[in-house]
Amino acid sequence: MVNTDTQYSNSLNDLQQQALKCAIQEGLPVDPRPYQVLANLIGSTEEAVIQCIEQWIDSGLIKRFGLVVKHHNLGYHANAMVVWNIPDNMVDEVGERIKQSGLVTLCYRRPRRMPDWNYNLFCMIHGKDRDQVLSQLDQLIAECDLTMVERNVLFSYKQFKQCGGRFHQQHPTQPTAPIELSTLNTVEHQNSTQKVARHG
Amino acid sequence: MADRQMIDHLSQQILDHYQKGFPLSPTPYKDMADALAVSEQEVIDCVSALQQADIVSRVGPVFNHKKAGASTLAAISVPEDKLSEVAELVNEFKEVNHNYAREHAYNLWFVVTASDEQHLEQTLWSIRKKTGYPILNLPMEKAYHIDLGFKLNWS
Repeated sequence: MVNTDTQYSNSLNDLQQQALKCAIQEGLPVDPRPYQVLANLIGSTEEAVIQCIEQWIDSGLIKRFGLVVKHHNLGYHANAMVVWNIPDNMVDEVGERIKQSGLVTLCYRRPRRMPDWNYNLFCMIHGKDRDQVLSQLDQLIAECDLTMVERNVLFSYKQFKQCGGRFHQQHPTQPTAPIELSTLNTVEHQNSTQKVARHG
Repeated sequence: MADRQMIDHLSQQILDHYQKGFPLSPTPYKDMADALAVSEQEVIDCVSALQQADIVSRVGPVFNHKKAGASTLAAISVPEDKLSEVAELVNEFKEVNHNYAREHAYNLWFVVTASDEQHLEQTLWSIRKKTGYPILNLPMEKAYHIDLGFKLNWS
């Protein structure tokens, strides 16, 4: 027996929440009333859908809600993962400083894996080309007083896959052709002290 | 391939302002239109065009992997001439959502996302078995700065 009170109440049950997560992780429908379309899909109201998403944002389950941009297709061809070996008792302080600089896209602490991997702090720097990323890195080192810190710079040179994380699997991911990232940048950067990967 | 020069002013404004804080009102595109002093239809057309051009992959949430499930950053060290082959094996896992070649002895870097820790561990084990290479497993311990969208430079 269908309980209409539940169906039209302003909170979603667990099944509806799961269904909503599945639906929105693939992106909102491009429609003047996207939340109404979602409500129809999961058998609820537009208001309840909006409230539920608001709660997920407030609780931090959703980090951000908006347009997800493919940097590479906007001309941002270079990205480097910069990894640092920071003394454990200083990593929080340095992480905060790096965040404050506004020069990185993200900054995380991760575990060391000795003896192969001695780095405990990670950040990403995006730029239009390799030189721009390296100059941002120089700025970061100066601003955050990181000159003496052991580091490594891992530029990406090929993208094999990029899509949103899927926690609720419904569709198999489509295979895509790999994207060459640094065909232009390697040529421009022959004098750099950074090791330049050559391929293809 | 789209280029920055081809991006019109409205697209720039939308990309600058709505990578986060997409309106949670019954008519989000109307709200955006009012804020940008254009029509609702223009905003909808513009967002559709950005998606068509593959500049915007979707409009929606970026979930906190730690809260929404389990995820990790993983790396494998692969001989360069085997890289594409191994990358394809890794890509076959639907739990893998990012996969890049990077300049290091650990040259293949990918993000694995699963519904829970157990599923994550199983997936890493399966990738190890399928590729034959040991995996460097680097789960996030603390976020100092999370990706809140990308500051674009239009100059």
